[in-house]
Amino acid sequence: MTEQPIIYTEHLTKRFGDFTAVDAISFEVQKGEIFGFLGANGAGKTTAMRMLCGLSLPTSGKATIAGFDVYKQTEKIKQNIGYMSQKFSLYEDLTIKENIRFYAGIYGKSDAFIKDKTAQLLQQLNLEAEGDKLVGSLPLGLKQKLAFSVAVFHEPQIVFLDEPTGGVDPVTRREFWNMIYEAATAGITIFVTTHYMDEAEYCNRISIMVDGKIEALDTPAGLKETYNAATMDDVFLQLARKATRSDA
Amino acid sequence: MSAVAVHNLVKQYKSGKAIIEAVQGVSFDVARGELFGIIGPDGAGKTSIFRMLTTLLLPDSGGATVDGSDIVKDYQAIRQKVGYMPGRFSLYQDLTVEENLHFFATIFKTSVTENYTLIKDIYVQIEPFKTRKAGKLSGGMKQKLALCCALIHKPVVLFLDEPTTGVDAVSRKEFWDMLRNLRQQGITILVSTPYMDEASLCDRVALMQKGKIMTTGTPQQIIQSFNHNILAVKAQNMYGLLQVLKQWNAIEDAYSFGEYHHVIMKERYDKKVMRQYLASTGYADADIHAVTPTIEDCFMQLMQHKHD
Amino acid sequence: MNQFLAFVKKEFYHIFRDRRTLFILLGMPLVQIIIFGFALTNEVKNANFVVLDNARDAASQQLIAQINASRYFDFEKNIYSNKDLEGVFQKGEAKIAIVFPPAFASDLQHLNKAQVQIIADATDPNTATTLTAYAAAIIMDYQKEITQNALLPYTIDIQQRMLYNPQLKGAYSFVPGVMAMVLMLVCTMMTAITIVREKEAGTMEVMLVSPVRPLKIIVAKAVPYLLLSIINIISILLLSVYVLNVPINGSILLLMSEGILFIITCLSFGLLISNVTDSQQTAMFIALIGMFLPTVMLSGFMFPIENMPLPLRLISNIVPARWFYSIVKSIMIKGLGIQFIWKETLILAGMTLLLLALSIKNFKIRLA
Repeated sequence: MTEQPIIYTEHLTKRFGDFTAVDAISFEVQKGEIFGFLGANGAGKTTAMRMLCGLSLPTSGKATIAGFDVYKQTEKIKQNIGYMSQKFSLYEDLTIKENIRFYAGIYGKSDAFIKDKTAQLLQQLNLEAEGDKLVGSLPLGLKQKLAFSVAVFHEPQIVFLDEPTGGVDPVTRREFWNMIYEAATAGITIFVTTHYMDEAEYCNRISIMVDGKIEALDTPAGLKETYNAATMDDVFLQLARKATRSDA
Repeated sequence: MSAVAVHNLVKQYKSGKAIIEAVQGVSFDVARGELFGIIGPDGAGKTSIFRMLTTLLLPDSGGATVDGSDIVKDYQAIRQKVGYMPGRFSLYQDLTVEENLHFFATIFKTSVTENYTLIKDIYVQIEPFKTRKAGKLSGGMKQKLALCCALIHKPVVLFLDEPTTGVDAVSRKEFWDMLRNLRQQGITILVSTPYMDEASLCDRVALMQKGKIMTTGTPQQIIQSFNHNILAVKAQNMYGLLQVLKQWNAIEDAYSFGEYHHVIMKERYDKKVMRQYLASTGYADADIHAVTPTIEDCFMQLMQHKHD
Repeated sequence: MNQFLAFVKKEFYHIFRDRRTLFILLGMPLVQIIIFGFALTNEVKNANFVVLDNARDAASQQLIAQINASRYFDFEKNIYSNKDLEGVFQKGEAKIAIVFPPAFASDLQHLNKAQVQIIADATDPNTATTLTAYAAAIIMDYQKEITQNALLPYTIDIQQRMLYNPQLKGAYSFVPGVMAMVLMLVCTMMTAITIVREKEAGTMEVMLVSPVRPLKIIVAKAVPYLLLSIINIISILLLSVYVLNVPINGSILLLMSEGILFIITCLSFGLLISNVTDSQQTAMFIALIGMFLPTVMLSGFMFPIENMPLPLRLISNIVPARWFYSIVKSIMIKGLGIQFIWKETLILAGMTLLLLALSIKNFKIRLA
């Protein structure tokens, strides 16, 4: 199969003044893949992710997201992706249903679509009775699961997850990953960053960024073999220790 | 006398009409010179406990002493002798590394030179950047500076609230190495973290969830009290394997764990039974072996018990 | 003491390293004084005037020529009835109108007394006052001129009428007003913000868990703002005296002491705000609504208190700036001593004590 990669980058670079935050990274992600995007603090992950989401213009290099160009078609990109992070997710002072309505509205979904899908979503999360509760009153783990559901509500092709499980308890963390798997099985591509090394194992492939470059990219098993390491933790430590720069 | 003695501590917050029970009757003791970890996810009540022990919050009921001083009555005495690093980065961003350190030394009525030996190992790592503003440091270096500032007056007890949250694996490891060194210098350290794997680096830990301590002990004790067999299983199709395992009535629980799935077996069932079951469901190639539980396994089991 | 000094030093670092703060602290007063100063005192040149000359005699013609000759006025046109007047003002063709009665010259010669009416468009009251004053001065000059060779003095009775805003109050003596505004901005808002900023950044947590007495932290934070505010008063006064030619008629020492009293009032209010808020936005909002707006609206600086409806007049009594404004005006403009302003001073001092007591009482030695 010669299916076009859903994320494609070639020598993608971002410079701020004389500081090269992202240094000519090239990689591809296939449709339906769970792609782990790792790196130490300040390695350039956030900057790279911003370019891929169409939030920041690259300095040079090429990239297409779902077939759309990151220079010219950022509006198209935004229609086709979902985004969720630990820091920014839902409005705490709106109810669950209001949040869903709001986000679905941004993507121009029809009322019928929103109604059906909301019912379905609440059922999946066992929240049928709680649709009118304020999001602020939910426990963190549930909030994060809800935020994920909202991020994929408009059926995007790719969803970007920036440390989605930070501080979440181990049981909920796994439930969260279960949702990721289900979304991936349904054909949504997952692009995820995390500080939990066990979660890196759940990804199909992982890239590790060091000093703005992608230093390694392989399956978890492949990486462990290449670096002769027992755990992903070891692989990460070996690579990240090479870093010479620190984040500003 | 314990360095920290906590007895039935309770803290509630009002949020609109609802009352949030952040800490629901927590008790534990920390011996002198111990490195004690409070492990739990966000919202477990860790920060509330730290704030009560550092006299920033008043408990609703129960009490505690720090180095023999009562957290309510003797709050001024406690403020003289503890070091505290709150969860958020708590230095002056527009002051340089050096200025921050000297400022903290002065307000604790000491000088940088007086206790330099204590912070020397950590400070030499950030000394090359001493004229840089704290706001311009990397996450790992900020953390080191914050630790230096919290140590500068040679505190009897050091409170570190989630020092490693949001920090990458390399910096986390370095930070824990520093803590172990400090412990050898006789400082009692209380540290909180949401990362289960950091539990094994503490002398003793309390596992917390939803305002309650589920268990307290050394990491070994907690692991030994885990009373089931755990098997680690791996196959080509991990997601399918998990579905199959979850349908099996011979198990208590099954969940992913790094590159393996961990399967908690009911009594009487072992590896052999599992191999047969998996063969019958199309996973004959599965790699199965027994593992020792980790703190994370224990934490999850304790959580399930609470659900029941 | 060492602790205290370390704190004050640190606070100065914060101020000097943040250019925006520094600008608000030191630049704003200058900018405000200059804006207000020039906006309100700039002399008017070449204003158009119309004449309704019912006399059409030698005296009226002479006077019109003199007015037209000055650099302040330009003759626009003659009008012929009172009705035309309104049209002229509405179209903005002229700023003032000069009206001569039918027998101007003969009244002047035979009765030694004549009337001239000056009608000004007081939509912009400052311009109107300035222009009528200029016109009156020219008429007085003319009167002196013709009186020189006469036995009995001729008197021209000038009648002034201000249209649209007959009271014309509150527009002058802006210096005391700007002083109150600037001190409010610097002391109340900046102090509140700087304390709340430490709460937001989490540094306040560490400070509280240190041996420093919390009150000391707060006082140390206020000291730099006190010093900067004194500098501000001085620079405002220097500007007023040397650039705007507003004299200080009373005692400078008294003026400075009253200024310091008002600074402490503002600082106390800033502390009170910082006690009850947790975010910089809220602090700024409360400072603006609670102090800044009342200072501008209710201190008598922009709008005369006598013209306000009763409820607002009552409220204005609890605005500290109102009393400070009145004190400064008395000292600077009227040159009065403490014996004339002790009442205002006492009220201000009372307010300060109350605010200070409240903020100390509300001060939290713990979080939440």
